[in-house]
This record gives sequence, C-alpha cells and structure tokens, in this order.
Amino acid sequence: MIRTPLRPLARILDARRKGENPDAIERENLRIRQEQMRDTARSRAEGRLLVMAIMFFCAFTVVGLRMGSLAASEPAEPRAQVSGASIIASRADIVDRKGRILATNMETFSLYAHPQQMVDPQRSATELVKIFPELDEDRLRKDFTGKRKFLWVRKKLSPEQKQLVHDIGEPGLLFGPREMRLYPNGALASHVLGGASFGREGVHSAEVIGTAGIEKFFDAELRDPAREGAPLELSLDLTVQAVAERVLLGGMKLLNAKGASSVLMDVQTGEVISIASLPDFDPNDRPRPLTQGEAADSPLFNRAVQGVYELGSTFKVFAAAQALELGLVSPETVIDTSGPMRVAGFNIGEFNNKNYGPLSVSDIIVKSSNRGTGRLALSIGPERQQEFLKRLGFFETIPLEIVEAGGGKPLLPKKWTELSSVTISYGHGLSSSPLHLAAGYAAFANGGHKVVPTLLKQSGPQLGPRLMSEQTATQSLDMLRKVVTEGTASFGEVAGYSVGGKTGTADKPKPRGGGYYDDKVINTFASVFPTNDPKYVLIVTLDEPVETSGSEPRRTAGWTAVPVAAEMIRRIAPLLGLRPEVETRHLDGMINTSN
Amino acid sequence: MRSLLYVLTFMAVIAAAFWAYHENYKTQAALAKAQSVRSDISDARARLAVLKAEWAYLNRPDRLRDLVEVNYERLGLLPFEPDQFGRVDQIAYPEEPEDDLPITYPVEISSAGAQEP
Repeated sequence: MIRTPLRPLARILDARRKGENPDAIERENLRIRQEQMRDTARSRAEGRLLVMAIMFFCAFTVVGLRMGSLAASEPAEPRAQVSGASIIASRADIVDRKGRILATNMETFSLYAHPQQMVDPQRSATELVKIFPELDEDRLRKDFTGKRKFLWVRKKLSPEQKQLVHDIGEPGLLFGPREMRLYPNGALASHVLGGASFGREGVHSAEVIGTAGIEKFFDAELRDPAREGAPLELSLDLTVQAVAERVLLGGMKLLNAKGASSVLMDVQTGEVISIASLPDFDPNDRPRPLTQGEAADSPLFNRAVQGVYELGSTFKVFAAAQALELGLVSPETVIDTSGPMRVAGFNIGEFNNKNYGPLSVSDIIVKSSNRGTGRLALSIGPERQQEFLKRLGFFETIPLEIVEAGGGKPLLPKKWTELSSVTISYGHGLSSSPLHLAAGYAAFANGGHKVVPTLLKQSGPQLGPRLMSEQTATQSLDMLRKVVTEGTASFGEVAGYSVGGKTGTADKPKPRGGGYYDDKVINTFASVFPTNDPKYVLIVTLDEPVETSGSEPRRTAGWTAVPVAAEMIRRIAPLLGLRPEVETRHLDGMINTSN
Repeated sequence: MRSLLYVLTFMAVIAAAFWAYHENYKTQAALAKAQSVRSDISDARARLAVLKAEWAYLNRPDRLRDLVEVNYERLGLLPFEPDQFGRVDQIAYPEEPEDDLPITYPVEISSAGAQEP
C-alpha cells in the first residue's frame, strides 16, 4: 500500500518559498488520511453487519421452514431408534385356558366419501347400493350431491366388497384402514365376551372399545400398549363351553323352556370353566338392547349372572349344613315334618300337599321337605341364618370380571322375620343368580372354604376363609349324593361319575307383584361331581320348562333340569380329563395262547 | 514449512469430509434396511394375526361338529364319552409284520481286510 506522505517535499519547499507554514500541509494531509481511514472502517463495519444480517436471516429462515414443514407434514416414526420389543398398538387377543382364540383383531377397511372429488355422484350412489343393499340410495344421492365434504359410507368392508367398490372407479370414494374385533367362534361364550365397537374414529384408524362383557371390564388393560400384545387368558374351556351350550340348547328345546343357563366351576380355584346363557347372540353383530318389554327377554340378558331368581329347594342344603355346623342336629337326627305348620299366620306346606312324617335330617334333604328345613331354620334363628348366608356370598354381587355382574345383586327381604327365615330355608323370598349358587355349593365340595368365581385363569387353588368345618362339608356332600341315589334327582345318575346335587323348583313370581304363577317355574339342579373327590360344581337352570312325555305336564326339576345336567356331566367330564370309575369287564374267559 | 502444514491440514479436511460422506451414506442405507425389515416384520405379524384368526374360524366348534356329521361315513367320529376310557393293559400289542421286505439284490459284505479300529 502506497501511503501518501504527510509532508511531501515538493509542497513543503513550495510552501516555504511562498512563506506559508508547512505544518498546515501536514495537518491537512493528516486530516485527509484520517478521513480515509474512517471511511474504510465504516464500510468494513457495514459489510460485516450485512453479512451478519444475511446469516441471521438464513438461520431464521431455515428454522422457520423446518417448523413449517414439521407442522404441515404427517408424523413419522423416528427411523434411527433402537427398538427391541416393539409396541403393538392393537387390542390384545382373548384366549381360553388352552390358548384357543376367543377374540382377535382383523385388519379391514372403512369406506368414506369426499363428494367434492366425485366424478359421477349419481352413478356411484346407484353402484354402492348394488353392493350394499342396506344403504338408502336417495339419501346417498342427496349426500353426494349436497354440500357435505366428508361422510362415512360404511365402517367395515370385507376384501371382496372393497374390490367391488374399487371397481366402481370413483375417485371420491376412499378407504381407510381399520382394526376390527373378530369373534371367530360366533355365538360361543357370547355373554362373557360381550362385544366391541368403534370409539373415536379418524380416517387412518379408529379406537376399538369394548361395549359389554369382559371386553368392557378389561377395556383399559386390553388396549394398554405396554402389554405388547400378550393375550388375556380366560378360565373358560372352548370345547367344554361348546358342549355345554349344545346340551343346554337341546334340553331347552326338548323341554320347551324359554331360557336356560348353566355354570360349571372349579371348586378349588373358582375358575368358571363354562358359563352359558340361552338364548344367546353373535358378538360380531351384537343386537341392540330392548327399549321396551322385559330385559330378561333380550338375548343380551345373561341369565347365569344377571338373572336373579328364587332358586327353590337348592337352598335347603344350606339350612341343613348350618344346623350341622352349629351342632344342633346330626344327619341322623329325626325331625317331625308333619303338618300343619303355621309361621306368622302362614301355612307352610309341602310339594303336592304331601306329608312325610318324621324324617332324619338327611332324608329331609333327600325328600326335599319344606317343613323339615323350616323347622331347622327356626332352630337356627334369623340372625345366625343371615350371617351364614352373608358369609356364603348371597348378600352381595359376585365380582365376576364382566360388567354385567353388577346387575346380579341378590334380592333380599326387607325385614328378615321368622317367616322369611323359614321360606328362605327352602329357597323362596331370597333371589340370587345361578352363579351365587355355584359359589355356595363350591364350599361343600372343597371342604368348607369360600371361593370367589373368576373368569381369569388361575395358577393354583384360591381357597378363601373357612365357612364350615370339613366334617359338615363332607356330611352335606353325602346328603347331596343321597338326593341323586335315592331322592328327587334320580335322573342325575351318570355311569362312572358319582354325582351329588339338589333339585329346586320355584314358582315364578308375577312381574307386578301379586303372588306366583301356577304354571311357570324356574327349575334348577345344583350338582357337585365326582362326590368321592369333588372337583366341579355344575348349576343348570331352566326358565319355564315343561316335560310333556307323561300323561300330564311335569314341571319339577327332577324331570327337567336334572336330565339336562346329567347329560352335560356325561359329555363334559371326559373332556375335563375325569376318568370314570367303571367296573371294567373282567376278561376271565380269555386266555393268552400262542400257536 | 508452514505451507506444508497448510497442505496437510487441507488434505486432512478433505479426508474427513470424504469419510463423513461415506458414513452418512452407509447410515442411510442401514436405516433404510432396518425400516424395510421392520415393515416386513409388521407385515408378517399382520399375516400371522389373519392366519390365526382364520385358523380359529375354521376350527370353531360349530363347524367341526357339522363336518363330523357330514363325514360320519368316512370318519365315524363320535362325541367323547366316558365309556371310551380304557386301560393300558387292554391295548393289544401290535402284530409282528408278516414278512419282512424281500431281499432282491443281495450284496455280499465282508469285513475281511478291514482295519482294526
């Protein structure tokens, strides 16, 4: 860089010659130089500021663009994640105790329309109705040509239907993926499974929510992604459930019953192996609840859990067991059952106005004497009876893992008088569900412990607190066995399995009060098998059955519920792996020979 | 000396850039592969779910019962009943096969000359 000298010799000499002050030249030059330096520094600073401004502008533009693109784009999963066990977003399966599928998911498609994108709305409406006859053509046409920008046409499509809709070739008809709940076994165990439907819906997915049964009870658990798709294992056995429903349906048809239910429960663990209620429904296509009439007439009504009935003489064994437990009587104690017997002004009679005379406690159960158990109840007293039934679980709903279980609250008398005490001892005046009865009978079968029925698979016995001594339980079981061998349940004998049980025939109360029907009964058979090593409790209840093979219609449980239960045990016990105790034929006549 | 240092630094930068460029592409390829494997897994899972559902549907008790009834003449299947239990000693030993497979092309085998182990 060539710097201009501050004191250029030529100008200094010239100035000296003219007598001027040469210092002025130096000052002048110094000033010019400083001005130049100032200009340079200024322009450099301006340039730097410009560069900074451009950098900031670029940086903020990038940030802004990135924000915009993030906000406007579809969310994508991070690609560079280390995913071990991946999260499974779909609803968990429900399987039976052997891992067979009861409920699963299937990928399907929903159909929606963007009318503004449609080429030929009229034709697509016509074509859609050809594929789905249940759609209303006029309504579709109105929707397609109107102002709507979006509408659902159908929530679920089969692959064939999807192809047919695709073949219409209408760009305004669009498909969204859907997870659909599928119950491959149809109506099997429908009351337990309940059903599912869609919750919040979007184009790309929809929530599947449980609407009833165990699907609703465990809705949050089934949807929890942390399960990683682990299925919910139930205590039900698919095969046993199928056989139970089949036999029950046959019995219901043969005996002209309006409805029927059965409960099969493991007495040690409380696992419900099969629970059936007829008529039933297909959970894949759950019917709507009735808006009028009685809830019990709907197939959705779960008789085994929600149906609270007076279960009749099946309750007698509770009175007898309590009397034994309190040491008031022994099975051989003789009690006079002859009439008349009046309690609080009411006459207590026997079935068909019989008179059994003096009977032992065991025979009271075998012959099913109302006056006999009534006298036992009077000696026990209302307080102690209440307390015992409360401990057996007859005062509360059973905490079974389906939402309907809350509807099965037992109906108790408002005031527990001596009369109620007597009538309840033979099963009238206290209504409970068949499931309550199963839980009560399980106590006799497992040696006197309380068990709580459950629908979930258990790993071992779940015996609760002791309700009665082991001796009482054994004695009660012997009485139940005698009912089958020599009493009212003689049809309950199953070759190879020693069945014990008690019949119950209760008149149906009229819905609006005012006494009981003469020709409408609820028949129940509560049984335990095999009595030599009790493993299962089976309750069979028939609603309004009538047996017409004889000269006059028979409506007692011994003729209706008992044969159905016996057939059920005959079919189910082998499936449960119970080996019959049959005397195998001795092959004495055969000799091993060789030729 | 100084210029040599400049050249070396410049070359080191070039080399680092080259390495980073390669690593970037390798990472992209690995990510793409991982993604395709992941989508394969999810496809397989969906397929498995459908197959399981179909298996359950085809094995539903109603259908099996109907099939058993339709094919009774061929299969002769009956419901499982208590009298079908047996004891092990009731099962007969299988018969000896009547005659062994006939030997048509006998080959003579001899151990003569074989070495002792």
